[in-house]
Formats: sequence, C-alpha cells, structure tokens
Amino acid sequence: MKIIETSELVKDYNGLKAVDHVSVDVSGGEIFGLLGPNGAGKTTLLSMLVTMRRPTSGSASVNGFDISSEPGKVRKSIGVVFQDPSLDEELTAYENLELHAAMYGEKEDLNKRIGEVVSLVGLEDRLHGIVKTFSGGMRRRLEIARGLLHRPAVLFLDEPTLGLDPQTRAAIWEYIRKLKKEYGMTIVMTTHYMEEADHICDRVAIIDHGKIIALDTPVKLKDSLGGDTITVETPKAKQLAAELEKEGVAECSRHDGKVTFCVKAGEKRIPEVVGLAKDKHIGVISVVLHKPTLDDVFLHYTGKTIREENGTARDSIRMRRRAMHR
Amino acid sequence: MNHEISAVIAIWKREIIRFFRAKSRVIGTLGFPFFFLAVLGTGLNSVMDIPGTNYLDFMTPGILAMVLMFGSVFSGVIVIMDRQFGFLKETLVAPVNRASIVIGKSLGGATTAMFQGVLMLAVASLLGANISLESMPVLLVLMMLVSSAFVSLGTAIASLMEDMHGFQLVMNFLVMPMFFLSGALFPLEHAPEILRLVSYADPLTYAVEAFRFTISGSSQLPIAASLGVICAFLGASTFAAAYTFSRIEE
Repeated sequence: MKIIETSELVKDYNGLKAVDHVSVDVSGGEIFGLLGPNGAGKTTLLSMLVTMRRPTSGSASVNGFDISSEPGKVRKSIGVVFQDPSLDEELTAYENLELHAAMYGEKEDLNKRIGEVVSLVGLEDRLHGIVKTFSGGMRRRLEIARGLLHRPAVLFLDEPTLGLDPQTRAAIWEYIRKLKKEYGMTIVMTTHYMEEADHICDRVAIIDHGKIIALDTPVKLKDSLGGDTITVETPKAKQLAAELEKEGVAECSRHDGKVTFCVKAGEKRIPEVVGLAKDKHIGVISVVLHKPTLDDVFLHYTGKTIREENGTARDSIRMRRRAMHR
Repeated sequence: MNHEISAVIAIWKREIIRFFRAKSRVIGTLGFPFFFLAVLGTGLNSVMDIPGTNYLDFMTPGILAMVLMFGSVFSGVIVIMDRQFGFLKETLVAPVNRASIVIGKSLGGATTAMFQGVLMLAVASLLGANISLESMPVLLVLMMLVSSAFVSLGTAIASLMEDMHGFQLVMNFLVMPMFFLSGALFPLEHAPEILRLVSYADPLTYAVEAFRFTISGSSQLPIAASLGVICAFLGASTFAAAYTFSRIEE
C-alpha cells in the first residue's frame, strides 16, 4: 500500500528549483530516508508533504489525502518533528503535550496516552519539568513523543539527530526502530548522515539539487557500485596484480606500491589474496578492506562527497534564504 | 467545531501560563505605569489645570489605556518569538483553523493585559485616584474589547515581520505615537487643530475617551462614538490578524 505518493512535485524560489520534479512513493510501514547534503531540497520536500509550504507545481498525497486540496486531513494523519526545536520552552513537557492534544482534537484517555508516549522515549520522570531546563536530546525525544500523541499514520522526522551526541543519537535510532516494529508506523526522515540512513532506513532516496538521483535499499545502493575494494600495499605491486589477474580478480587501480582490487564480499577474499602472495613470494606490507558507504554511492552519482558539499551548500542556501526574505 | 473551541481554550491557557510563569514580566509591566502615575500624576497635579477634576484623575484612564495597549501589542508580537524559538511551526501544522489560533491568542493576551490593567487601577486608587467600584463591570468589558483589538494588531504586525529587529521600530513609530496622540496625558480640546485631527485617527483616543467616560462619567467624545470606533477597530484588527497569520508559510 502506498501511503505517500508524489508526482512531478516542484518548489521554485525565484527561479531556483529547491525541489525539481520529484516523483516518489512511500509504502505503508517502511522507514524511508531522504539523504543528501544540506541545501539539497530535503527539508523543502518535507515541508510540502506536511503542508507547511505550497508546491509550485505537481501534486502529492499523504495517507490518501491531497496536500493542496485537503491539508487539514493530511495534518490529522501526520506527526512532524522539525529540524529546529518547536517546543514552547516556558511550558512543562506535560503542558506541551496537552496543548498539542487540544489542537489535534484528542481528548480521550489523554493522561494514559501521554504516559504511553513519554515512556516510549523515556521521559516519564521529567514530565512536569519545564522544557527550558531540558537538554537537546531530551527536547528531541519530547518532540518525537508529541509527534506520536495523536497516533498519526506517518511520522515525519527532519534531521532527527542533528547536533546530538553519539549516545543520544543511538537512543533516537532505537526509538525510531521501535515505532516501526511495535506500531507498524510509516516513518519518513531526512538526514545528511549517511550512517544514519544506512542503519535505520528500509529505503533511501539520495537527493541532490532538488532531484532524486538514486532510490533503493541501502544494501542495493551500495552493491550497485560493484562491491568492496581491497587495497594491498606491496613492493611488487605489478607482479601481484598480474598473479591475481590469472585468478580472475580484476585490478581497479595501482599507484605508489599499492594495488586495489574490486571484489564482492571482500572480507572473505583477504585470506585468498594474502595466501596467493605468500605462495608467489610477494611481500605484503598492509591490506585494507573498504566496504562502500552511502557516501560512495553519493560520490558515484554526483562526483562529490556529501561531506565536502556540506559547508558551502549550507552557506549558499542561507544566503539564498536571506535574499528571498528581503 | 468542538475541536476548534478546545484549541482556542488551549492557546488561551498557554498565554496565561506563560505570562504568570515569567514573574519578572508581571512586576516589570507595572513599573512603567506606576512611574507615570506616581511621578507625573502627583508632580504635575499642581501645574495642570483641568476643569472639573485633578490631573491624577484625568490621566488614570489614559494610563489604563496605555497599560492595556502595551501589554496587548506585546502579546501579539510574541508571534515573532514563537517563530524564532520554533513553536510557531507546531501551530502551523496543527489541523486547526488559523483563525482559532488568532482568537485564542487574542483572548489570552487580552486576559493578561486586563490583569495588568486591574492591578494598575488598584495602584492608581492607592495613589488617590477616584475609581468607583460600580463602574468596574462596564469597564472590564471595555478593557476586554480594547485589549483584544490591540493583541490582534500586534499579531498582524508580527505576522509580517521576520525577526525581533522590527520590534523596536513598532514601539517607536507606532505604539509610542499612538500613546502620546491619544489624549491620555493632556486634554485634546486645548490641543492645536492639527494635533487634534491626527488624534482622531488614533484608535487609542477612543479607548481613552471610553474609559474616561466610564470612570468619571464625562468625556469629550460621545460614548456611542467611542464605542463604535472601538468595535470597528476590533473587527478590522481581528480580520487583519487572521488574514496575515494564515498567510505565514514558515
């Protein structure tokens, strides 16, 4: 069952296409990731799906409701956790949740449900603490709890672990997995952390300059690059390459006494390579195995890494934003 | 519909909780009017010659209007802070009519402004101003109308602003002139023609006049005219707030 469908969705900011003809489907019950550098258009795409921004052209539906003509029904169907905090800091956690429930028309068993969502994110004992006193991780957890309070069909998370320490990040990943497992909830999240997309998403759409450039499961995306690479450092690089060629292992590249091979299931091939070198009396100084990451996938499709994109793209989108608001 | 009402009540409650939680704000809002009443009201009492009354009694309705306007406009302007601290987004994606949010804010802001107004009246009567208790019920209704209108005005302005930088501009070029032109501090009938004409374009003038009529039983403008302008202003500002607020995209 398709719970989100978009068709040729476009968001144009004065000639700059932040989202450029995006057509994508999300199935019910999956964790769907939008991976890309800052400024790639992830958040803009998300904000159209959550009815915060109106598309320039194209259409989309969430939970069967059109985002342009039935925004109210879309809003009832979704929970949103924004990239930037959106809690009222002067209120307690409980008051924030209570206010949310009132705006979503949820009155039945309110206390029981609040208890449920806060225990899911482990905030029971801080329920009556004022949000101002909460750490970044606690706020994010409270926001997730709030997003779940009205039992949405889809939960949208925009960079859910941005700015959090590794421990808190792992805890948030745990909650996200739990939501899928225990409630069968559909989760759409944006991230620019490739390991995050890799770890928890069932399918990942890689997005750059407003376009989806690749979409599949993380495993298939990485496999599409042709497997792992083994780099062997040896004084006799040329000879080793020739010997391995005979065994049917293709050489990828060779420089500075290092030779790189492209293989499938690299960890299983290392003993083979080392054994062969020993048999042929070729000295081996070091062996490095590299398994492709989603960053390599991004590099493959765009010719640049997500990491090197980040600094500049963030600055330029900020400047664009400022220019827009003037 | 039912759920829209519960949203209005929830937003109203939020404003109240926030107001009373910031204790310094409660005290701070009283400092300014107290200064006006205690220093100007008593200090100028001997030099200001106002027929039929003394200066403290004359300025009490004016300071009441000032307290309500400052408090209310500020409540409305909090929309910018909500935007800066992110809470605005939460209200923007909620499945609730934006008008309900605006109404909830207006009522909440008006309630806290009225609380400040009542405290200020208590201070004024301690300083010796004549305020009869019989006038209070009518006065409270008027205060509610005036406050709601100014919260909406603040909300409308804030919806059009991007950040807090514009706030000072609003204070200097809108709120302060409205206060000084309203006839809160001096009788308009003796003012130069041009000043008087500008004052008639100031909605706060009618609030001051209506308060003055309710508290002392006499005013320069007929009460019906004041009331009419207040209601028209309330309608217009509420509409403006609902319209501008519903157009916020982010």
